[in-house]
Amino acid sequence: MRNVTLVLQDGTKFHGKSFGYDAPVAGEVVFNTAMMGYPESLTDPSYAGQLVTLTFPLVGNYGVPPFTFTADGLPTFMESDHIHASAVIVSDYSEQYSHWNAHESLADWLKREHVPGITGIDTRELTKVLREHGVMMGQIIFDDEPNNIPQAQYEGVNFVDRVSCKDIIKYNEGAGKRVVLVDCGVKANIIRNLIERGLEVVRVPWNYDYTGMEFDGLFLGNGPGDPDLCQEAVNILRQQMNKSRKPICGICMGNQLMAKAGGANIYKLKYGHRSHNQPVRMVGTDKCYVTSQNHGYAVDASTLDKDWSELFVNMNDGSNEGVRHNTNPWFTSQFHPEACSGPVDTLFMFDLFVEKLTL
Amino acid sequence: MQTSEGVADQIYFLPVQPYFVERVIEKERPDGILLAFGGQTALNCGVELYQSGVLQKYGVKVLGTPVQAIMDTEDRELFVEKLNEINVKTIKSEACATIEQARRAAENLGYPVILRAAYALGGLGSGFCDNEEELNKLAEKAFSFSPQVLVEKSLKGWKEIEYEVVRDRFDNCITVCNMENFDPLGIHTGESIVVAPSQTLSNSEYHKLRALSIKIVRHIGIVGECNVQYAFDPKSEDYRVIEVNARLSRSSALASKATGYPLAFVAAKLGMGYGLFELKNSVTKTTSAFFEPALDYVVCKIPRWDLSKFRGVDKELGSSMKSVGEVMAIGRNFEEAIQKGLRMIGQGMHGFVENKELKIDDIDAALREPTDKRVFIISKAMHKGYTIDQIHELTKIDKWFLEKLKHIIDIDESLKRCTSVNVLDKELLRTAKVYGFTDFQIARAVGLEQEMGNMHKASMVVRNLRKSYGILPVVKQIDTLAAEYPAQTNYLYLTYSGVASDVRFDNDRRSIVVLGSGAYRIGSSVEFDWCGVQALNTIRREGYRSVMINYNPETVSTDYDMCDRLYFDELTFERVMDIIDLETPHGVIVSTGGQIPNNLAMKLDEQHVPILGTSATDIDNAEDRAKFSSMLTRNGINQPEWSALTSMDKINEFIDRVGFPVLVRPSYVLSGAAMNVCSNREELERFLQLAANVSEDHPVVVSRFIEHAKEIEMDAVAKDGEILAYAISEHIEFAGVHSGDATIQFPPQKVYIETVRRIKRVSRQIAKELHISGPFNIQFMARDNDLLVIECNLRASRSFPFVSKVLKLNLIDLATRVMLGLPVEKPKKNLFDLDYVGIKASQFSFNRLQKADPVLGVDMASTGEVGCLGDDTNSALLTSMLSVGHRIPKKTVLLSTGGGKQKAEMLEAAKRLVKNGYELYATSGTSRFLNENGISNTTVYWPTDEGMQPKVLDVLRDKKIDMVVNIPKDLTPRELTNGYSIRRAAIDLNIPLITNTRLASAFITAFTTMRVEDIEIKAWSEYK
Repeated sequence: MRNVTLVLQDGTKFHGKSFGYDAPVAGEVVFNTAMMGYPESLTDPSYAGQLVTLTFPLVGNYGVPPFTFTADGLPTFMESDHIHASAVIVSDYSEQYSHWNAHESLADWLKREHVPGITGIDTRELTKVLREHGVMMGQIIFDDEPNNIPQAQYEGVNFVDRVSCKDIIKYNEGAGKRVVLVDCGVKANIIRNLIERGLEVVRVPWNYDYTGMEFDGLFLGNGPGDPDLCQEAVNILRQQMNKSRKPICGICMGNQLMAKAGGANIYKLKYGHRSHNQPVRMVGTDKCYVTSQNHGYAVDASTLDKDWSELFVNMNDGSNEGVRHNTNPWFTSQFHPEACSGPVDTLFMFDLFVEKLTL
Repeated sequence: MQTSEGVADQIYFLPVQPYFVERVIEKERPDGILLAFGGQTALNCGVELYQSGVLQKYGVKVLGTPVQAIMDTEDRELFVEKLNEINVKTIKSEACATIEQARRAAENLGYPVILRAAYALGGLGSGFCDNEEELNKLAEKAFSFSPQVLVEKSLKGWKEIEYEVVRDRFDNCITVCNMENFDPLGIHTGESIVVAPSQTLSNSEYHKLRALSIKIVRHIGIVGECNVQYAFDPKSEDYRVIEVNARLSRSSALASKATGYPLAFVAAKLGMGYGLFELKNSVTKTTSAFFEPALDYVVCKIPRWDLSKFRGVDKELGSSMKSVGEVMAIGRNFEEAIQKGLRMIGQGMHGFVENKELKIDDIDAALREPTDKRVFIISKAMHKGYTIDQIHELTKIDKWFLEKLKHIIDIDESLKRCTSVNVLDKELLRTAKVYGFTDFQIARAVGLEQEMGNMHKASMVVRNLRKSYGILPVVKQIDTLAAEYPAQTNYLYLTYSGVASDVRFDNDRRSIVVLGSGAYRIGSSVEFDWCGVQALNTIRREGYRSVMINYNPETVSTDYDMCDRLYFDELTFERVMDIIDLETPHGVIVSTGGQIPNNLAMKLDEQHVPILGTSATDIDNAEDRAKFSSMLTRNGINQPEWSALTSMDKINEFIDRVGFPVLVRPSYVLSGAAMNVCSNREELERFLQLAANVSEDHPVVVSRFIEHAKEIEMDAVAKDGEILAYAISEHIEFAGVHSGDATIQFPPQKVYIETVRRIKRVSRQIAKELHISGPFNIQFMARDNDLLVIECNLRASRSFPFVSKVLKLNLIDLATRVMLGLPVEKPKKNLFDLDYVGIKASQFSFNRLQKADPVLGVDMASTGEVGCLGDDTNSALLTSMLSVGHRIPKKTVLLSTGGGKQKAEMLEAAKRLVKNGYELYATSGTSRFLNENGISNTTVYWPTDEGMQPKVLDVLRDKKIDMVVNIPKDLTPRELTNGYSIRRAAIDLNIPLITNTRLASAFITAFTTMRVEDIEIKAWSEYK
């Protein structure tokens, strides 16, 4: 394994070894505190442009499941059709894996998809640096190629446009209620959950004008980066809301787009929420949920128009975790009810959406 | 610990049994009761009180999980039904009320099957059966513990996974931790190596089981904490729920320590009606208690067994629990964690490799049939070239774990290829440290042991080398959120897998390091935990920073709020020095943690570590038998004749001269195995083998042992050689029963005033000679007024908490003040002013140790103790005997009372029994003796008495006997074998058994003098 150095924007250096694809890479360095779920996380389009640090030190234990696809074209075990993270940073890569469903090792997969992975990093210390300083850009440089310096940008880049589908994709045609799914980088499990509930899904590109289409409900999926770069999507959404009371549900980026349509401002969190253990409370109730999250930006709930209310709030830092319209069936969550990876306690969000569709 | 001053407003030293609890309720009239915090004993007691209407009668509200929910989880049939309602799969099992039913059920399910006794602790009476013959045997035993026995299909080879779940009354649920057993299903989870979090589960598997746990807990209606155990197919996502514990369990304690999430605290709050959203995360203090901890380390729990202490015991691990303690190791990789853990269990192992070679005849069999040594057999097999596949085939342990172990072997092989320490390169050295190798292991692997002839010096060479390379451990926090939020936590561990420490070191010399006591084991248990915690309390109160090093997840000393810094790490010289190098403390306390810290004193002193209290040299003067003995001789203090011997021949020569029994004591060994009375050659040889495993550097000391002598303990605190406070207690049994097993009475009731005077004088002399500053303990033997010193430890002893509580004078607080150099006054309290008596009785666990001979004397065998108070000896003794599980016989007592002397000793008690209307059964010899003395009895016959009826074992099996008194004549193998069948049958059939005449007499006197109803229900504070 070749020696590598992770250099952060502030000059902090961490030394480790390359276990994935051998190529220098740069990106926004973020951390995720989940203890499992690397195949799902790495294929989550929301990680586009990021070097993902896994704080749980042992990674690769159960290998990687086969990259097969189901009849409707969705990956069986992954969240999209390739790795979206720019690189993965771990403390103790497990070269040997053991699992009945494993097809290859994490290293082999990374190499196949040309994604660097580095191990031997003090990921706890790295996380503390990111926590104190806030997320920042970083470069993985190979020690034997000190002049091969990778460059990248994160702020200002429209990653949604990069990861969104380019054409309309239909699932479960003719099944029942039809839902337009706005793909800002949607995870496969959102689609699976809609299909499982007997819905026909029409997946459209993030900036597609669906207002003239025939459908029963609108679903706004997750996606990477800064929602302020997706003004087009917000404008289309506003048109739709002005036109009709049809149910709308959103997840993650979907929450942010909906909140923007509801007049709210967006700000960047210091180091984001990326984990499986984010506690949220349904506002005005005693109901609390452990949720899976992956976002760097958040809604400033205090800036919502008067027709809107906060639906969920983060119990750790008080940040917004979802909004709802006071009269129309429009509601969203900042967290990921579809999980994958993470806890599945909030799957009821999909049921609620179906309920609204059938009202 | 829970019975310490200040923990509760009122403390009762009474048995946790429905009768006594009802009387306490009657007296205290509490508003509520918590059932989930005292393990199975408390839960069973609470259910009984509920069912008998006592709780309702006194208007006591059950806080937390409702009793119905508890009953739904405890009764297998109800449980299965309940989970069927929500389509959750359980292990197909049939509840049987008779052996015949069990046989039929097993046939239907197909062998192998597992048998479980319902409502039983730690899998008592449970086990696997491969055929009908095995089933018959086990079923008989199981039915003696429980009216209901469950027969289940065995799922051997499946993974075993647990989740700790918390639910509040608002239906909010979290899983605090999941754990995966290294050993596959089939080995009781208490007997398994366990890792947290799970390591071989994918996201979908983890969350499938997590979601199921929550579904189950909601359906059952738990309020508080609960544990769900699964069997999980290693080849699919198929599962079975094994059981649900509707209470805090061993696993909850482990989960709390593994995650930093205080489960018991939160469960108590939830029981009182709080919601999880109203509580804060105790570690971060700012984030919510409603969350699931994210770990950024791996923990490894390893059980501690002491099976070699028991004669005849079955060493195979299975579905019932035999371990006596456990350790938890924390690392940033699995290799580091397990190597730490294997050292922590304190059985002379240095990690996964570089141990003393095990002698195993049949490696395949040893891998297939798990014993307490299996992990080391894996090491041996790997060194011998067994492949991962082969070992997996034999053990069914997941290959991931085996691959990690193989990684340790590979590093070890690389080290061994270094022909000398000089060619050991920096990278390899760092790799070895990252994966949990100690300086010791590295030194041995590179051949330094042979080169230098002294392992300690060899390890120091490696230590200095790596320090010169800058290879040093870093200190990491356990903060529940994987560094996501800043935490002021002081819960720490060391690792080489990191570049920076999470905490700062002030170098102000204001911290005091207290060394803990390690794993609970026979000979060292919660007593030393109490001592450590008291020391921490005093240190804090006096304005110093308290620092604890310990690794036992069952203890209070490893609660991170007990001290200013908790290093949950090893108590090896290497690790303690690492911490001292970082902390640069004002001083180190080695005298409150039992023998482990005591043994480190000299080595730490050599490194100029400031040891508080009695100096290391003086500790050595007490520990080194020759030095100690010549000191006694110099001062005209008597001791039993002894000799330090280095060979078996010399030992035999000495014994030929003084005769058996002899007291055998290898120098510098772990407590518990430290001192033994051997009555015959077989015992002697067995013990020496055991001891030699522990230490080879020091000779064995053999001394003459005096029979029928009283054994007396002196626990005291001295300052600069002058005794400040002391407690003298006497054993009820004569010397010969290990002091850890003996029933101890304090203050002494039957010791001559003259003897007391001599004890005080001798103790004063010793304290002065050894310049004692701090706690110490001397053991004496006394016959008539002759007083002999058996041994002296310059540290707190096992009985410190007991005497402190009875005397209501905290001897450790006093000792700590002395060690801190603070001004102290002689307490005015005197033990002879006490108007009440305390009795400390021992708890034995023979029923879990299949085939072990439940006889006392040879090695320490008890696994716990109780302390009870009373206005007189009878009352205190009766309460304490009931507390350790004895029952007052209803009608019948079986006597089998050994030799002539013992028979005579029991005569008075036998008379009392008859006078009080008891029916006596007696084995042939005893029966004859009783008849000769005009005591009527029924003769029962030994299995060998052919043609004679009734046979003793039949009478026991027919439940005709309420209590067995069986006294071995002596401890010769022949004599032991004879009585063994009776003793073992009594244990297996759950009939109370006493094997000592003195204790039997005292117990019989107590229950024939007073009734249980006469025991006064008095709180600790009412004894004045």
